[in-house]
Amino acid sequence: MAATTLFKALYDDDDLLMHAVKKLRSEKYHIEEVYTPFPVHGLDKAMGLADTRIAITSFMYGCLGLAVAITMMNYIMIQDWPQDIGGKPSFSYLENMPAFVPIMFEMTVFFAAHLMVITFYLRSKMWPFKKAENPDIRTTDDKFLVEVQVKGDEEELKELLLDTGAIEVHVPKK
Amino acid sequence: MKYTFSNRLKIGSYIAMALGLIMLAAGFMSTPSSVEEAKAMVAASHADGHGGHGEADTHGAAHGEGEHAAAGHDAAHDEHVYHQLKNRPWSALYVAAFFFFMIALGVLAFYAVQHAAQAGWSPLLFRIMEGITAYLVPGGIIVFVILVLSVLHFNHLFTWMDAEVVEHDALLQGKKGYLNPTFFLVRAAIFLGGWIAYRQISRRLSLAHDKAEDNSNFKKNFRWSAGFLVFYLVSESMMSWDWIMSLDPHWFSTLFGWYVFASMFVSGITVIAMVTIYLKSKGYLEEVNNSHIHDLAKFMFGISIFWTYLWFSQFMLIWYANIPEEVTYFVTRIEHYKLPFFGMLALNFIFPLLVLMNSDYKRVNWFVIMTGIIILFGHYMDVFNMVMPATVGENWHLGIPEIGGILFFGGLFIFIVFNALTKEELTPKRNPFLEESRQFHY
Repeated sequence: MAATTLFKALYDDDDLLMHAVKKLRSEKYHIEEVYTPFPVHGLDKAMGLADTRIAITSFMYGCLGLAVAITMMNYIMIQDWPQDIGGKPSFSYLENMPAFVPIMFEMTVFFAAHLMVITFYLRSKMWPFKKAENPDIRTTDDKFLVEVQVKGDEEELKELLLDTGAIEVHVPKK
Repeated sequence: MKYTFSNRLKIGSYIAMALGLIMLAAGFMSTPSSVEEAKAMVAASHADGHGGHGEADTHGAAHGEGEHAAAGHDAAHDEHVYHQLKNRPWSALYVAAFFFFMIALGVLAFYAVQHAAQAGWSPLLFRIMEGITAYLVPGGIIVFVILVLSVLHFNHLFTWMDAEVVEHDALLQGKKGYLNPTFFLVRAAIFLGGWIAYRQISRRLSLAHDKAEDNSNFKKNFRWSAGFLVFYLVSESMMSWDWIMSLDPHWFSTLFGWYVFASMFVSGITVIAMVTIYLKSKGYLEEVNNSHIHDLAKFMFGISIFWTYLWFSQFMLIWYANIPEEVTYFVTRIEHYKLPFFGMLALNFIFPLLVLMNSDYKRVNWFVIMTGIIILFGHYMDVFNMVMPATVGENWHLGIPEIGGILFFGGLFIFIVFNALTKEELTPKRNPFLEESRQFHY
């Protein structure tokens, strides 16, 4: 889909933006993307975006972290260099498990948190030296921008956008 | 809309109370009347295949080890078992009475937090919380009566109340300034008086606010709630030392108060969620949406983890340090209470962790109810594990008196709570945050 078929409507208020998004969706227009300077509560639901699956990855990363912690502590403390700490000789992982719980917990959290952030960046196509994709630099300041795909009459869409309180509407060049 | 107590629930609560009373009475009847009878009973239950725990003598720790000459030891042991069997129905009564009282107290703390934090999401649930805290008055009085009966030597739940035991026990003599029957009851009266007073004041202000013209009642309620929380955090901690930790009078743990608090907080929140879902299923509370349920379930999840954190903090330090006078607490539990001790950990931690982790499940009513039942049972077992090893030792069962206790106090709890819910409209009228609570969505 070439960018030229997209209408760009600029708003200066998040409430207006929410109303506009709902209105556009009820009129069966396809919203390509919305750019906002801050997270707008409820916008994902208004746009009808599918729920994020990052929680599932987080759970898997947590399990991975737990497994790494268990393997690591088992190797370090039980197999490689067993010591007698506080009258509790390290002969068995299970019997010494309470001592390793803090590490198991921390590694779970560490893996879940860091890998989730990295996943989020990659999924959002954000990596070092990446060029910004937002079509209007003002969306990093205080303006909200909606990209709508044209369907049918262009004038009608323009009217609709202005009706919903858009301060600017950029019509694609022919 | 006002709630009308459905007949089925009312009759159910009567039946539970009656059945519970009969079972408790049966429990009291079946206690041995002499040392010989106790010996026979223990021998019989061992023959039943319940045995296997031999004559391992861990309970000596709580009773002044080495006091008895070797020859007199067997007789002393039999006498000890006799007292434990006598204690059993009392302990069953006490565990259940405390458990349901603790739910009401946990809800009261949650309610005070909502006021003190001026929370916007919860005002729709205030009348429900107030209904549950109505149980604080009868429940508190019952617990107090049991404590008074203990002081009057109707039972031997608290060994330190026995002057003869203290006489032979240097440690208990050292604690006598704090741990003596008179001061014990005075403290209990102050704690209960303070909690009940706040409950009544806050309820009155909350109701008065609906009829008032300005927000002065709301502001007063805020101040009372903030003040109450300070009082509560200190008194709840001391209450847990007095009413539970002193059952093992030699043992101590500095975070015990927090641990008991976590238990009562999560049980209380669970009951709020369950009552709310029940009322919604009957067509009340139309404005309560699934985001409110979601928030309550989040609390159930979070406080369950918090409880585990405290449980583990207490366990690990004692386990690692391995100091005899401390570690005896867990040795007794792991040796004689293996299933309830580790089972409760699974019920209170692993189960809510896995079931309530998913965000969507927190909005599914039957999921929350089912998890709630498990959590409540788990925390009953938690109280069971805190009380029973000290009072009945290895002669524990989850039998007639225990179930009777749960039925009786459960029935009483349901009766009092739902009766209190019929008294007023289920939704506050002019709480300043009411609109926010109505619009609450996530």
